[in-house]
Amino acid sequence: MAAKKGADIVIEVLKHEGVEVIFGLPGGAIMEVYDALYRLGGIKHILARHEQGAGHMAEGYARATGKVGVVMVTSGPGATNLVTPIANAYMDSVPLVAITGQVPTHLIGNDAFQEVDIVGITRPITKHNFLVKSIEELPLILREAFYIARTGRPGPVLVDLPKDITQQIAEVRIPSDEEVKEALPGYKPHVEGNPQQIKKAAQLIMSAKRPVLYVGGGAVIAEAQEELIELAELMKIPVTTTTQGKGAFPETHPLSLRMLGMHGTYYANMAVYNCDLLIAVGARFDDRVTGKVDEFAPEAKIIHIDIDPASISKNITVDVPIVGDVKIVLRKLIEEIKKQGAKILYPEERQKWLEQIEKWKKLYPLTYRNSDKVIKPQYVIEQLWEATNGDAIIVPGVGQHQMWAAMFYKFKYPRQFINSGGLGTMGFGLPAGIGAKIGRPDKEVWVVDGDGSFVMTMQEVITAVQYKIPIKVAIINNAYLGMVRQWQELFYDKRYSEVDLSVQPDFVKLAEAMGAVGFRAEKPKEVREVIEEARKIEDKPVIIDFWVDREENVLPMVPAGKSYRDMILDDKKGKAEAETMYLVG
Amino acid sequence: MSDTLGKNDLEVVKAPKFREIRKGSVRKHIITLKVRNEIGVLARIATLIAGKGYNIEGLSVGETHEKGISRMTIEVTGDDIVIEQVVKQLRRLIDTLKVSDLTDVPHVERELVLIKVYTPTSRARDEVLRITEIFRGKIIDVSPETYTIEVTGDEDKINAMIELLRPFGIKEMARTGKVAMKREMNIKEENDE
Repeated sequence: MAAKKGADIVIEVLKHEGVEVIFGLPGGAIMEVYDALYRLGGIKHILARHEQGAGHMAEGYARATGKVGVVMVTSGPGATNLVTPIANAYMDSVPLVAITGQVPTHLIGNDAFQEVDIVGITRPITKHNFLVKSIEELPLILREAFYIARTGRPGPVLVDLPKDITQQIAEVRIPSDEEVKEALPGYKPHVEGNPQQIKKAAQLIMSAKRPVLYVGGGAVIAEAQEELIELAELMKIPVTTTTQGKGAFPETHPLSLRMLGMHGTYYANMAVYNCDLLIAVGARFDDRVTGKVDEFAPEAKIIHIDIDPASISKNITVDVPIVGDVKIVLRKLIEEIKKQGAKILYPEERQKWLEQIEKWKKLYPLTYRNSDKVIKPQYVIEQLWEATNGDAIIVPGVGQHQMWAAMFYKFKYPRQFINSGGLGTMGFGLPAGIGAKIGRPDKEVWVVDGDGSFVMTMQEVITAVQYKIPIKVAIINNAYLGMVRQWQELFYDKRYSEVDLSVQPDFVKLAEAMGAVGFRAEKPKEVREVIEEARKIEDKPVIIDFWVDREENVLPMVPAGKSYRDMILDDKKGKAEAETMYLVG
Repeated sequence: MSDTLGKNDLEVVKAPKFREIRKGSVRKHIITLKVRNEIGVLARIATLIAGKGYNIEGLSVGETHEKGISRMTIEVTGDDIVIEQVVKQLRRLIDTLKVSDLTDVPHVERELVLIKVYTPTSRARDEVLRITEIFRGKIIDVSPETYTIEVTGDEDKINAMIELLRPFGIKEMARTGKVAMKREMNIKEENDE
C-alpha cells in the first residue's frame, strides 16, 4: 500500500467495512476526513442539522438493516451532542460506530478550543472506545471498532481521532479479519450454547404444563424469527414479546400474546403471571417488564437464552441459563426436542392452558372507547395499520404515542418496530425514522410521534427535505407531555405540574416552512383521508398533525414497581370484571 | 379515577409462592484481574465499580511476566449479588482477559505497609523494635523522633500490628493494597472465566 493520509485511511477502512452511508455534521477537528470524503467519494453522507439527529439516524439505519450505523462529528460540542444517541444505542444494543474529531495530540489535555474528553465521557455508555494515538494503529482500531460493534451483544463503539493524525502520512495496510481477532484477546463472544443446558431446557419444555416464551430484542438482532415460530408451533407455546422484541414473532399469529409488562396486554401479563415455565429469549428482565420482581412469574421455572452472560440472573435468578447466540441456541434446542420425540408430556394441561389464554384474550382484548366527535389516538394507529396493510416500519418517539403505536399496530416481521426502549429518548422518532427509510427505501416508514417528542429534534425535517426522504410523520397531538400527565392523573391526584404544551407551533405551517408537506386532522372522519393523502407523496416528508383527545390514557397499565396483579385495566370498568381474574394451578 | 385490583379481589386466588428478591450478604470481596495494559483500562474498571455505588477500598496494579499484561487486585465491600454482576460486567470489558472473585476460593494474599511511628524515648524505641521483630518487620528509616517500619502480611497480621503501634502515635502510614493469588492445591476450578 502506498503512503496515505490518515483521513484517507479512515475512508478506505469504512469502504472496506462495506459502509454505504455516513450520518454526520462537520467541524474543525474532523475537517480532514470530510475533505477525504469529498475527494475520494464512494460513500453517501447525510448532513444532519444537529449531531443528536445524526446519531439517531445512524441508529435507525442500523436497527432497520442490521448493519453497523456510522456517525461522524467534530470534537467538543459535536461529540457531546452525540452522548444521548450513544447512550441510547448502548441500552438497546445497537451496532454503532461513532467517529469524533479531536484536537491535535499535542493539545490534548490543554483545554484547547472545542476540546472535550469524549472518551472519558462515553466510557460507561459505550461497548468500547478508543483514542487513536498514532497513524500506524488507525486502520486496526477502526476495524476493531466495527468488529466489536456488530458481534456478540452489539453496541456503540467510539473512535476519537485527533486532527494531526488525520493529517499525517504513513504507509499502512488494512489488517485482515484474523489480525483483528488476534488483537482482541479479551473479547470472545460465546455463541454456541452449552449442550448440557440445552438438553435440560428441552426436558423442561416438554414437561411444562403452562409454558410461555418471553422474547426480547436479542431475537430480532439474531434474526431468529423462523426458529421462534418453529419452536412455538412445535410445542404449542404462547409467545409474548417486549417492545424491542416486536416482530420477532408475528403478532398476527394465533399463539401471539403481544406485548407484556407495564403496558402489556392483560392476557400476556396473566399468562406470564400464571405460567410454570418461562422461556426468556434475548430479553433482559427490565423493570418495565417485570414490575415488582418478587411477584414476577412467581411459580415459574425460568430458562434464559442470551448472548450476554452479564444479563443472566441480573434481576431474577434463572434455573437454566444458556449463554449463546439466540438463533443458534434455538436451532439446537429444536433439534434436541425433536431428538427426544417432541412430546408434550401433559397434553391435557397444555390444552387447558391454551383455552385459558383464549378466555383471557376474550375477557380483556386490547380495546378503547372510540368516538365520532374527537379523534382517539388509538383510532389513528388502527387506521394507520389498516391503511398500510400492517406492512409499514413504525418508528415512534417516546411517550403515550409510543405505547399506542406498540399496542394498536400489529407487527409481523423483525425490524418493523424501531423504538427507544431502554433509554426512553424523546426526540428519537424523527431522526431514527429518516435513518430507517435510508436503510430500507423499499418500505413505507411512518414516524409516530408525540407533540412533545417531535419538537425535541424537529430540525431534522429539513434534512429529510434536502435528501427527498419521503417519511411520514404522524404527530399524535394532545398538547401535553402526555405520559407525565397520565402519571400525574393516576398517582399525583391530577396535579398537572408543567405538562401543558398547548402553546405550540402550527405544525402544518411549520412543515411548509421547512419545505415539507403538512396536513391536519381534527375530526375522526378525516383521519383515514389524510393518511391516504400522505401515502401518495413520494418526494418529500409529510407531517400530519392529529388533534387527539387530550386526556386519553394508555391502558392497561401496571404501575411502576407493582405486581401484575395491580394492573389497571380500564378507566371506567371497575372491580366487578377484574374479579374474574383467574389463577391456574 | 380508575380502579386497581384491590386486595379483596384476590381472596379467591391461591397465593403463589413469591420469587425471592435477589439479595446477598454484604461483605468485603477480593477480585483479581488480568488486563491488557492499555490507556484507560484502570478508568474503565473504576468507572464500572463506582457506577454500582461501591468504593474501591484497596487496589494494586503491576505488570506481569507477560508483555503488555498487567494484574490488578481490587478490594471492594458490597452485596454478593451485585459483586457477581460487577464481575460479569468486568469480564465483558474488552481489555480484561481474566477476572476472578477470590473471596470464597482458597487463596494467598499479602500487603506491604510502611508505618512511621513516634519514638521520642528510648523506651518507645525498644518497644517498637520488639513489636517489629515479632511481626517480622524491618525498620527502614530512623530519625530522633520516629521509626519507619516496613511490614508485609495478610490483613489480620497487619491490622494487629497497627493496633499495637497506635498507642505510640502513628505519624504516617502507606499501604500498597493487597495482592492476591489462588492457591494451587485443593481448589475447585470455578469462579473463573
